[in-house]
Amino acid sequence: MNWNSAADFFAMGGYGTYVWGAYAVTLACMAVEPVLVAMRHRRARREIGGAPR
Amino acid sequence: MSTTLRFFRFASPAAFYPLAGKLVPWFGAVAAILAAIGLYLGMLRAPTDATQGDAYRIIFIHVPAAWMSMLLYVVMAFWAAIGWAFNARLASIVARAIAPTGAMFTFLALWTGALWGKPTWGAWWVWDARLTSELILLFLYAGYIALVSAIDDTRRADRAGALLAVVGSVNVPIIYFSVIWWNTLHQGASVSVTTAPKMASVMLLAMLLMTLAFWAYAFAVIFVRTRAIALERDNHAAWANDSVARAPVRQGASS
Repeated sequence: MNWNSAADFFAMGGYGTYVWGAYAVTLACMAVEPVLVAMRHRRARREIGGAPR
Repeated sequence: MSTTLRFFRFASPAAFYPLAGKLVPWFGAVAAILAAIGLYLGMLRAPTDATQGDAYRIIFIHVPAAWMSMLLYVVMAFWAAIGWAFNARLASIVARAIAPTGAMFTFLALWTGALWGKPTWGAWWVWDARLTSELILLFLYAGYIALVSAIDDTRRADRAGALLAVVGSVNVPIIYFSVIWWNTLHQGASVSVTTAPKMASVMLLAMLLMTLAFWAYAFAVIFVRTRAIALERDNHAAWANDSVARAPVRQGASS
């Protein structure tokens, strides 16, 4: 283990802003996309048979 | 007597729809498990880099995102071409389903790259070959999405998109070999098939696990989008009605 404490871990050796900035946006994108795509699928199922789009 | 597996059966949206539905949860679970192990190894076990400090830990998402951005483009162009050449509807649907996820990974490769470039190069962005060709990849994805959604006739849109995707695929080897062909600020490949990896094995393992996690994630998301587009296109088809009847949508959940 490289880290002595949680604060040490979050500081990332002084590069915390860069590292967590990269990870936060990646996590946000990969959390939102599955939700959007599931919503699109649900809408497609509801509108089977010609219900208004 | 047909004892052989008939793979082409799944070339029809009606057959692919339930198959993809069964596979999605498995790909999702594999993605979550591999990402958990990969992040544990990368963020907690892997040592600090001697020259880049802990800023290098961006590699565990940067490289997988960049690899997926290129791989997904090739796969998208491949299925778009198949859909065009053989008039295969499902292939065209898959191509369209890949584009948004590919664009997202391209954006993430650029974003994580900027946040890695700033502390190590002193610049968020430089117009060097690797970065510029990756930015062009983002424009190609955006152009493909804009083109297919601008043409009302679905199959015409598929063909026009296929042409753009196939022509644009020339950019992928340019991205890949840019660090060899030109003198760039971007570092060369850390991993290649011909030489030993230039990184500690725990770092390499974490990076490969994250790549497999992103790959499984892409499968899961693209399969759901493929199902959605298939339903949208075959809105009046009997198979679509049957699939909804077999597993009714919960009303009121989000309507």
